[in-house]
Amino acid sequence: MESIILFAPLIGALLCGFGWRIMGETAAQSVSTALLFVACVLSWIVFLGFDGETRFTHILPWIESGSLATDWSIRLDRLTAIMLVVITTVSALVHLYSFGYMAHDENFDEATESYRPRFFAYLSFFTFAMLTLVTADNLVQMFFGWEGVGLASYLLIGFYFRKPSANAAAIKAFIVNRVGDFGFALGIFALFFMVDSISFTDIFAAAPDLAEREVAFLWTTWPAIELVCLLLFVGAMGKSAQFILHTWLPDAMEGPTPVSALIHAATMVTAGVFLVCRMSPLMEFADWTQSFIVYIGAITAFFAATVGLVQNDIKRVIAYSTCSQLGYMFVAAGVGVYSVAMFHLFTHAFFKGMLFLGAGSVITGMHHEQDMRNYGGLRTRMPYTFWSMMIGTLAITGVGIPLTGIGFAGFLSKDAVIESTFAGGTDAATFAFWALVVAAAFTSFYSWRLLFMTFFGEPRGDRHAHEHVHESPASMVVPLAALAVGAVFAGMVWYKPFFGSEQKVQEWFGIASGEKHAQVLLIGAARAAEEQNDASGEDSGSGAAALPGQGAIYMAPDNSVLHDAHYVPAWVKLSPFFAMLIGFALAFLFYVRRTDLPAKLAANQAPLYQFLLNKWYFDELYEHALVRPAKAIGRFLWQRGDLGAIDGFLNGVAMGVVPFFTRLAGRAQSGYIFTYAFWMVLGILVFITWMTIAGGQ
Amino acid sequence: MLLDSLLSIITFVPLIGAAILALFLRGDDAPARRNAKYVALAATCTSLLASLILLAAFDPAETGFQFVEEGKWILGLTYKMGVDGLSVLFVMLTTFLMPITILACWDVTHRVKEYMIAFLVLETLMLGVFCALDLVLFYLFFEGGLIPMFLIIGIWGGRDRIYAAFKFFLYTFLGSVLMLVAMIAMYVDAGTTDIVALLGHNFGSETMEILGFHILGGFQTLLWLAFFASFAVKMPMWPVHTWLPDAHVQAPTAGSVILAAILLKMGGYGFLRFSLPMFPIASSLLADFVLWLSAIAIVYTSLVALMQEDMKKLIAYSSVAHMGFVTAGIFSANQQGVDGAIFQMLSHGFISGALFLCVGVVYDRMHTREIDAYGGLVNRMPMYAAVFMLFTMANVGLPGTSGFVGEFLTLVGMFQANTWVCAVAATGVILSAAYALWLYRRVVMGELVKESLRSITDMNRREQAIFAPLVVMTILLGVYPSLATDIVGPSVGALLDGYGEAVAQYNGTTQVAQLGGH
Repeated sequence: MESIILFAPLIGALLCGFGWRIMGETAAQSVSTALLFVACVLSWIVFLGFDGETRFTHILPWIESGSLATDWSIRLDRLTAIMLVVITTVSALVHLYSFGYMAHDENFDEATESYRPRFFAYLSFFTFAMLTLVTADNLVQMFFGWEGVGLASYLLIGFYFRKPSANAAAIKAFIVNRVGDFGFALGIFALFFMVDSISFTDIFAAAPDLAEREVAFLWTTWPAIELVCLLLFVGAMGKSAQFILHTWLPDAMEGPTPVSALIHAATMVTAGVFLVCRMSPLMEFADWTQSFIVYIGAITAFFAATVGLVQNDIKRVIAYSTCSQLGYMFVAAGVGVYSVAMFHLFTHAFFKGMLFLGAGSVITGMHHEQDMRNYGGLRTRMPYTFWSMMIGTLAITGVGIPLTGIGFAGFLSKDAVIESTFAGGTDAATFAFWALVVAAAFTSFYSWRLLFMTFFGEPRGDRHAHEHVHESPASMVVPLAALAVGAVFAGMVWYKPFFGSEQKVQEWFGIASGEKHAQVLLIGAARAAEEQNDASGEDSGSGAAALPGQGAIYMAPDNSVLHDAHYVPAWVKLSPFFAMLIGFALAFLFYVRRTDLPAKLAANQAPLYQFLLNKWYFDELYEHALVRPAKAIGRFLWQRGDLGAIDGFLNGVAMGVVPFFTRLAGRAQSGYIFTYAFWMVLGILVFITWMTIAGGQ
Repeated sequence: MLLDSLLSIITFVPLIGAAILALFLRGDDAPARRNAKYVALAATCTSLLASLILLAAFDPAETGFQFVEEGKWILGLTYKMGVDGLSVLFVMLTTFLMPITILACWDVTHRVKEYMIAFLVLETLMLGVFCALDLVLFYLFFEGGLIPMFLIIGIWGGRDRIYAAFKFFLYTFLGSVLMLVAMIAMYVDAGTTDIVALLGHNFGSETMEILGFHILGGFQTLLWLAFFASFAVKMPMWPVHTWLPDAHVQAPTAGSVILAAILLKMGGYGFLRFSLPMFPIASSLLADFVLWLSAIAIVYTSLVALMQEDMKKLIAYSSVAHMGFVTAGIFSANQQGVDGAIFQMLSHGFISGALFLCVGVVYDRMHTREIDAYGGLVNRMPMYAAVFMLFTMANVGLPGTSGFVGEFLTLVGMFQANTWVCAVAATGVILSAAYALWLYRRVVMGELVKESLRSITDMNRREQAIFAPLVVMTILLGVYPSLATDIVGPSVGALLDGYGEAVAQYNGTTQVAQLGGH
């Protein structure tokens, strides 16, 4: 079953990408979409029927060299099952949505250019790569998916290949991601160096051992576990657009909107969070890195939210919002409550995917206008879109009834993150708690701002565009409705398994506990003894807690954050709710009541406004600190190094010979070349003769 | 019978083809040109078929030499051929790429017969390098290869072909002179030119005093350095790489393909056949030196590639960077490093060959390699854009293509040898993405605005046929690399066992000597 889920999108991509000439465009699109729906249905079956026991499916050997052995294979555990559902659901809906969204595109010549099959093929390929990432049972296969989604992202961001901005954004995304991958790859090398394996099972089993070891890397020795976790996290920072490596994500909005929904909101960008959760057996031993993750996550959540406050492009607002929400997930993972990180990932996929698709609907309705200053009053013209965006906004801002388990998806998961963060107790967690609460207020402000500017008030901008506003076709509205169901109920339905009692969570993630635990331990011990024939069996028998690598995630015995999170003071539980109310009130004041206020405030606080509008000047900083120097060094090495120093030196040495050759060369015609060739042959003959004579002695 | 002299058949069939052309083909009219091409194609294809038999009959588990042929030869010399896991795939690479190369120069009209002869002779010489098991024979093939390449660049090359041809010739030849001296010294020391015997010979490694310098590793180090001079130029390694961009730019497309795909690999093969197994002590003493040169090469040439304005030059610099991974992998001296180095060489053969062919496709149409002369090709050439994209990504080392496996394995190897070198080399992964994608964007993406490009046509059937096998190999090796590593692995393992033993013994004795000194 897992194999079908994994390969259906690949087959879809190939059939659609190469077969459309034979079967026609619409058929090609339908085939890839249908296969995705098959994968989606199967994923739900797997997800709902999954018992928590990790399963493996071996497909093919891959890279094998000495003790390094990697396979193409599938590891199915709770983490994988969650991701399967998220990916295939959003992907299937986005495929369906794209029928409507891509039906007409003024960037292409409808008559001669078949851009639609290409688009669907890329989408399906992306889905395949993403599924390989989450089903990997070793780090290298994961890296395959990791880079595969990067390729798909590159191709789809640059889908409008005639637009220079789209091309630039595509390259930027790929290269910034590569910076992250650089860290990821080094992490893999380090792990292999120390564990002599890159399969998850072996790595997790070696985690307690790694925690004791030190390793020399670059200028100094490091605690092995911290080094590995830090390097892997650098990879996660790139893919999940965390602070410092975030600059590509807003630019990635150059791609068609369904792409933004699928790749840059619901799935690919969450791969970093998934990586950290997948690596929880290692992360649990790396305290320092955990704090680092918390700080980076918190800073990102805050930073991106501030930038989101002032952006005018509807997609960029949502992009910064995504960036910010990813920060929330990392904080949760960093304080050691991986289930909550996954919870927020899960709910976020629904409501953020929906917000993007809603934005896409608005954009098509407004004839590819993306500036919110030119929207306004669309509520009545696009009712379905409006209501779905409304649900999305209620979900992302975290609307619900405090101190009960009733609310929109984002309410439950975001509150779970914030409560866990408070329960974390460390300095980093305390810092993160306040950053997240403030960011929650900002989130509420910019989300409502988006909604008010788009759907309320008077129509602004081009009259013509507003006259022709129309609701989107059914193929676009149905996916919105489906995601809306998720955005409303996903939190309430799955609250318990993700953030319920410790036992419930452990059970759901397949971490053995209680009586069942003992049985599993026995089996585990037997298996370990079989595999290793050494003392590892004794270890597993002695500890009462779960071993690293049992089940989908691991929480160390001394990690009581999940437990503590349920007993935080009431004001902590209420704080995100009030933050949400403040954000809403301010947005309402600024964009419904006193619409002159924003401009006044921007003029009053010009430096701050510019600072935020220009995204803290990160792009400029990188341009001057990295891109230009790299080019200058490249030119210097070429002109001064290669042509000046090396050629100059060698030519200088050869000064006695060169004039002779240049004189010849000056007159040379091809006839001369044969002469030189003749001399070379002669030289070799002389050598042979010499050797022969020497041999004769 | 056939199997007994299989290597000779593979090696000399192209030469026979060349002889037929030289002796029997007269005239320079259209039919004669066509015949010349068909004869060349037939000869290279025959060689390819024979080499497939070789691959089928090759036993990867056996780490010694197979298909060994030995016989008396002129002037008292020995003719000895044979392959092992290290060399058999290079033979395959050569025979596989030659028909493609011949097809790639199908539209040449200038002195076609001679052109075909040059390529056929070159093929024989290249195959000879990988099969030769006698020092003299090896040297003959190794140096002989220079001549046809020199002619190909010098006669069928671009505007500055003479300068480039001489630069190519001088660099590589001067490097080889030192190797020649070393070979004679080896012969004097061991009393044989048989490579198999030399592999079993222990060259002295006692510290020597020359002109007041302590030479650790003694005789071995001297020999190693001499061989290094030749192979480093051939690879080419930084800082003796500057002949390569010039040679590539001036060489005709098919010449560039052979140069990048096969000729460069002779250096890497030389390190594996001579430096590592014959001079293990010197190799271990100088490993860090090579590792650092490689790391510098990767970063340096990647940065230089970033700023190139000529497509071929850019790809040439990228080749130097990729060869940096090879040398670093080899001198990491562990299974992953060496496996990776061989894999990287094979993979680079397909990928760089394909990239030069990609340049050739547009060069044939527009007669310029200036990046600025292009832009927006995807509008008129979608298939070309797709193929170019695939090989760009393979060049960047995207997993799923063969480029990834080589880079990954060599980096794994490097990490075990020297983490600094590994970290520096790994930045090449970022830089390669930068220069490759930027090139692609400037050439293929964007609006098609240049008037001259309005009527450019997409790839024709012949060009598709050329790229198809390269596409298949790049993906096949990327998804199922065991095809190559299974063959290479055992021989590499045996090589490293011998290397490890020698180094351990040396370290043991020097420690004893030091202890004794105290």
